[in-house]
Amino acid sequence: MTDMDTQIPQTDAVPAAPSRLQRAWDSDFLYAFRRSPVAMVAMLTVTLMVLAALLSPLIAPHNPFDPATLNLMNGFTPPMTENQFTGQSFFLGTDDQGRDVFSTILYGLRISLFVGFAAVLLAMVLGVTLGLLAGYLGGWTETVIMRAADVQLTFPAILVAMLIFGIAKGITPPEYRNEVAIWVLILAIGLSDWVQFARVVRGATLVEKNREYVQAAKLIGRRPGAIMLRHILPNVLNPVLVIATISLALAIIAEATLSFLGVGAPPTQPSLGTLIRIGQGFLFSGEWWILLFPALTLLTLALSVNLLGDWLRDALNPRLK
Amino acid sequence: MSTPVLSVRDLVVEIPTRRGVLRPVDQVSWDIAAGEILGVVGESGAGKSMTGNAVIGLLDPPARITGGQILLSGQRIDDLPRDRLRKLRGNKIGMIFQDPLTSLNPLLTIGDQLTETILEHLDVSPTEARKRAIAALDEVGIPAAAQRIGSYPFEFSGGMRQRVVIALALCAEPDLVIADEPTTALDVSVQAQIVALLKRLCRDRGVAVMLVTHDMGVIAEAADRVAVMYAGRLAEIGPVREVLTAPRHPYTEGLMASTPLASQGRARLRQIPGAMPRLEALPEGCAFHPRCPYAQEKCRHAPGPDIASCDGHAACWFPLTNAAPLQEAGA
Amino acid sequence: MLNGGHRMLAYIIRRVLQSVLVLLIVGLVAFSMFSFIGDPIDNMLGQERTQADVERLRERLGLNQPFPVQYLKFLGEALQGNFGMSYRQGRPVSEILIERAPATLELAFMSGLMALAGGIGLGVFTAIRRNGVSANIIMSASLIGVSLPTFLIGILLIYLFAVELKWLPSFGRGEVVAIGGWTTGFLTESGRKALILPSITLGLYQMTLIMRLVRTEMLEVLRQDYIRFARARGLREKSVNFRHALKNTMVPVITVTGLQLGSIIAFAIITETVFQWPGVGLLFINAVQFVDIPVMAAYLMLISVMFVGINLIVDLLYFAIDPRLRLDQKG
Repeated sequence: MTDMDTQIPQTDAVPAAPSRLQRAWDSDFLYAFRRSPVAMVAMLTVTLMVLAALLSPLIAPHNPFDPATLNLMNGFTPPMTENQFTGQSFFLGTDDQGRDVFSTILYGLRISLFVGFAAVLLAMVLGVTLGLLAGYLGGWTETVIMRAADVQLTFPAILVAMLIFGIAKGITPPEYRNEVAIWVLILAIGLSDWVQFARVVRGATLVEKNREYVQAAKLIGRRPGAIMLRHILPNVLNPVLVIATISLALAIIAEATLSFLGVGAPPTQPSLGTLIRIGQGFLFSGEWWILLFPALTLLTLALSVNLLGDWLRDALNPRLK
Repeated sequence: MSTPVLSVRDLVVEIPTRRGVLRPVDQVSWDIAAGEILGVVGESGAGKSMTGNAVIGLLDPPARITGGQILLSGQRIDDLPRDRLRKLRGNKIGMIFQDPLTSLNPLLTIGDQLTETILEHLDVSPTEARKRAIAALDEVGIPAAAQRIGSYPFEFSGGMRQRVVIALALCAEPDLVIADEPTTALDVSVQAQIVALLKRLCRDRGVAVMLVTHDMGVIAEAADRVAVMYAGRLAEIGPVREVLTAPRHPYTEGLMASTPLASQGRARLRQIPGAMPRLEALPEGCAFHPRCPYAQEKCRHAPGPDIASCDGHAACWFPLTNAAPLQEAGA
Repeated sequence: MLNGGHRMLAYIIRRVLQSVLVLLIVGLVAFSMFSFIGDPIDNMLGQERTQADVERLRERLGLNQPFPVQYLKFLGEALQGNFGMSYRQGRPVSEILIERAPATLELAFMSGLMALAGGIGLGVFTAIRRNGVSANIIMSASLIGVSLPTFLIGILLIYLFAVELKWLPSFGRGEVVAIGGWTTGFLTESGRKALILPSITLGLYQMTLIMRLVRTEMLEVLRQDYIRFARARGLREKSVNFRHALKNTMVPVITVTGLQLGSIIAFAIITETVFQWPGVGLLFINAVQFVDIPVMAAYLMLISVMFVGINLIVDLLYFAIDPRLRLDQKG
């Protein structure tokens, strides 16, 4: 028998395994992304807008909220024309206070994105925490949390957000209302959105709870908090990310809507929605640019984030494969 | 000799995928005469269902027929326009699917589903159609057919539902029936009944049957001839007695040795090592050679043997010619 | 059958109790708003008031009684339709609500109609003609309908049709005709014209949602085995699509659609603001801006009753439509 062993020829060298980057690039997910021009354009747009928002103090020609730089005589200048009094010209025109529209849009974009991200973050943290607690602890905790979720789900999120904003406004003394408005807005949108995170995480936790690694951790004597945080949490995060992306799109739209209605970002710290509200007042007097440019910016933003989220949901949906 | 009801000649079905063009059905040919039951057997993914779908014209895109011909009673049907093909279905070709639970529309009564089929293909009045529907249920052994015609599918047990499905497949009086794993989703006790029912109905009406299954026991029980498929190709075809007791293709021999048939007593079952290759990764040469205990040098390299160019029975370069019945394993 | 009847009754009772619980909770929230936000006394008495005035008013309003007692009194009043006086307008809230309700209801009705007809129609169309050019265009356009905030659509519509083309009014209801307690815009040309843009704005989002839902569900249904079987029996496409597929599609569609349509009344808030439409939505927003608690609370409770009611009805409707849930399953 040993003769035969020594006669076996050497095998050919095994070709090098593809690097991690190579494997990632070839994965189904990125393949789908590369093949979808829509997804790529949407991603590009969103990235550009986020960058513009982050760098707004650097890019904006003027700071529209610094009273010292404002000149009322600049008011109502159409886009790219010279103002008859001061001779200045502005890329997208000026509003009634002489503020450069392009700058207000950049700052407004910043606030819109900030509120959107912060609200989703809040909703995610709250929802995931409550979901973990409900799933892991069960009993009364679970019942209370899930019942509360059910009650809140009976109503559309935007209504809940409006209500929270209204209540918070009622509690705040009038002189502080403008200042805290942004934070109240984040709170309102965040609180209106936690439920879907909680539900998903609870479901996933219930599944993970019975797995061996959790039982093992329990046997060793780890505290529930540690088990939830370090063992279960990483395994339930997948669906959370998909929901988060879609939530972001919804949060941005919710913020714009609330601000437009007058129960959101105030005129002193306007978001795109607030700018549109202001602009609507000037539609019929002919200063169309005060409305149109913020509206188009919001349109592009909303569309891109939605397209991206939509594509993401399809790409990660195992059923459609 | 009269024209066979179904004649499949060198049928090829291809599916274009990201990784290349796959051939789930590769050069398959057989005939089925009236009143004859042809069993089509093979592992999951061998291409048996796909052949059945191709015959009845229900291939899911992007799968499509790219070669060969399908003839029904001598007429070509694979190149018919959609509407002509539709008229054939139900009326000339009937099909039975595997899962009776999902084959029936849960929101329509079985009477409705029967009468609509009858009315679509046969020129009768609604009253006559209903009478025929009741008669069809009777024939497949549904008790109190006249009362139960107004029931919904969920009110029947699995075996009963499959009987309803058979009634539906036969009610428009087709010449050919394709039965795709008709017993797989049923309890063992019910399987025999359904097989017997199918046999009886088809013999009585002279219907040709293409019986697709992975269960050799069903083949032994019901089929007149059997076709063995492997990786999209025909491995062996012949009268059921011959193929089952004296298989010529090593794969068939392996299948028989791993199937518990009453005739073999209580010997230990032998398994065929390995698994059927996926269509994307077919080996060079004969598709079966990596698992074949008799594989030789030619098998590893010569492109897959074709049943027609071999002895007409088994697609193998070195078919087993032992006329002796199968040895008991371990003897 | 007795079994089934009992099950249904138990289910109904459970759902009704759940609904009542939700309403009570909402009532509690509304009442808490009253108790803890702002000072009703402040709003009702002017600057010149004495402590005695305040005390008298507190006593009269029952503000010195324990919380649960006040809560129950509040609920009692609400059930009778008494929601107190608006801080802003100084009139009974119920009176204001009744006055403004017709505007919102007419708007909601038109929008709902448009959303349903358009949604179901387009949904079925894009499901059947899955890969056609028009279907793709419609789906892309629908993406816009879902992504864009309602108010933006409204604003852009105003810009196009009112400012540039000057075909339709940009705000208000136009001329309305009073019939009994109701004011309607349907009877005058200006009233009808005024309804168009707001209805489109309000209904577009719903319509896109319904359309995409119907499409998804129908595509899912079309993948089912019983649809394959229907095709295998040679039934016409029209029959397959409408008799078989649509019926099965509607079951899940109805649930979600019901909820969506109900929310139209809530989303009217946005549309009414864009078009300055004098309905209860605009009333609510103004109330939030002015912290007019009685109006806010009243709107909140009425909306809750509506939502909870819709949820309940839809759940029960589900029961009625799907025969599988009505009778106990056998076998």
